[in-house]
Amino acid sequence: MPRLTKEEVEHVAYLARLSLSEEEKEMFTEQLNRILEAFAKLQELPTEDVEPLSHIIPLQNVFAEDEPGKCLPVEEALANAPESDGNFFIVPRIIED
Amino acid sequence: MESFNLSARELAEKIKKKEVSPKEVASSYIKRIEEVEPKVRAYITLTLEQAMREAEEIEERLMSGEDVGLLAGVPIAIKDNICTRGIPTTCASRILENFVPPYDATVIKLLREAGAIIIGKTNMDEFAMGSSTENSAFFPTHNPYDLKRVPGGSSGGSAAAVSAREAPLALGSDTGGSIRQPASFCGIVGFKPTYGRVSRYGLVAFASSLDQIGPLTANVEDCILLFHIIARYDEMDSTSAPIPTPSLEEMLSPKVEGVRIGLVEELFGEGVEEEVKEGVLKAVKHLEEAGALVDWVSLPHLPYALPCYYIIAPSEASSNLARYDGVKYGLRVEADGVIPMYMETRNKGFGAEVKRRIMLGTYALSAGYYDAYYLKALKVRALIKRDFDEAFKNFDILVSPTSPIPPFKIGEKIDDPLKMYMADICTIPVNLAALPAISIPAGLDSQGLPIGIQFIGKPFEEANLLRLALAYEEANPNLPLPIPL
Repeated sequence: MPRLTKEEVEHVAYLARLSLSEEEKEMFTEQLNRILEAFAKLQELPTEDVEPLSHIIPLQNVFAEDEPGKCLPVEEALANAPESDGNFFIVPRIIED
Repeated sequence: MESFNLSARELAEKIKKKEVSPKEVASSYIKRIEEVEPKVRAYITLTLEQAMREAEEIEERLMSGEDVGLLAGVPIAIKDNICTRGIPTTCASRILENFVPPYDATVIKLLREAGAIIIGKTNMDEFAMGSSTENSAFFPTHNPYDLKRVPGGSSGGSAAAVSAREAPLALGSDTGGSIRQPASFCGIVGFKPTYGRVSRYGLVAFASSLDQIGPLTANVEDCILLFHIIARYDEMDSTSAPIPTPSLEEMLSPKVEGVRIGLVEELFGEGVEEEVKEGVLKAVKHLEEAGALVDWVSLPHLPYALPCYYIIAPSEASSNLARYDGVKYGLRVEADGVIPMYMETRNKGFGAEVKRRIMLGTYALSAGYYDAYYLKALKVRALIKRDFDEAFKNFDILVSPTSPIPPFKIGEKIDDPLKMYMADICTIPVNLAALPAISIPAGLDSQGLPIGIQFIGKPFEEANLLRLALAYEEANPNLPLPIPL
């Protein structure tokens, strides 16, 4: 496996919406490389004929009746919001003028 | 005798017979907490006043002849990643420091119906990521058997609370060993039920295909009692299994005669300390003398479980933790524009291990690496599951150490993530295969530190597993362990 560069770490951090400090970028570049090196072991196993296991218990198509249930009152649903107004969460401006 | 020395089952019986009142029980635990909590630091939030009020209510209902439930008046500690209405649920993270859930998790609802009284929310590794509780954003918890050592993790607060008898019962969550490993380190019983057996509704998600809630208790009987209460089908969790809960009577009858036990070769090998191996094998001897049939079994893909897990779990985590964006709840750091706000909030709100796993998971799922890492790991997961299926053709229960090493010192491994990850080698395969497994003390090592033995069962056959666990506890003359502190 190719080594992860600092630029790639910056790119992954952006994808994950993390603003890392310079120090963290250095640390994660070093640590993620060590971790991925140790995990290269996985590549030794031949798995061409193996179906990936994405559902661990045999449950499929779990449906619920399409009936309205109880829901939280607006005040409670908004109680933990950093900023809210009436029925809304307030976020920084998203659309430019 | 002080209430805190009694088991949960004894407490529940004495309360029902009115030999001790719920208020007396609550007071006894409050006294015990005041005495040992400054040393152990198991709790993030204590709810003692509310507990006292609830004890009073139960007492009134009891006196008026009402049926007050299986755990009426029995205190319980709850890991701080399980939502409790009106009680802060922080996941030991700065990002949720001020989060107060507007609803109860299904397990909390079931506990309240059974009359249990929540006395606090316990410390943990941030978002359940870690094996020592040192990743808590607030403070580390100390192992009651040696205060310089870690209690294990991530449910370290729950394990330490029960170990030091600051609560007779606790709930934890187990994604890669987070109930069993701290139970092993703190000399108590920790049980991860089959994936799907206990509702995850209201459990803050870490890795959704692996997470499972379960009991931490002082003995197997209490574990059965608590499991019986929380194991219910729940339509609020689409992975909840519609399979009936085994009856208490069935689970409470020990069975060992003729049970075929397989010692998992790969989990007694490299990285497992000699004294741990010996302790576990000695404990197995007691079972053999009691009538179990013991042999060795090989599961050849287990050496790949660790990398497989540390690809899958962080991948799922990177997706699950995307919800912490400073909008609906939790911390917000103001910045110029919405994306800078997300990025600053998440940078300030998450600790190092959480960021590391989000980075690892995001990388494993990103374009160009998905096949090599994530898809590969899912295929290896299938091979590991297949190994267990094969082994269970010839054996009823599989056995290994719970942790390859005894409790380590605070600070010893915190700077080396790979070393810390190794603490989970014996517990991780069980989550990958969605199996039930229990850790029970095997005894103390030469330094007086607890060693844990892990019993692994077939999916949804918790009853057989717990019956053997009961028989094991009776057969091992070194149990129960002395109460620390």
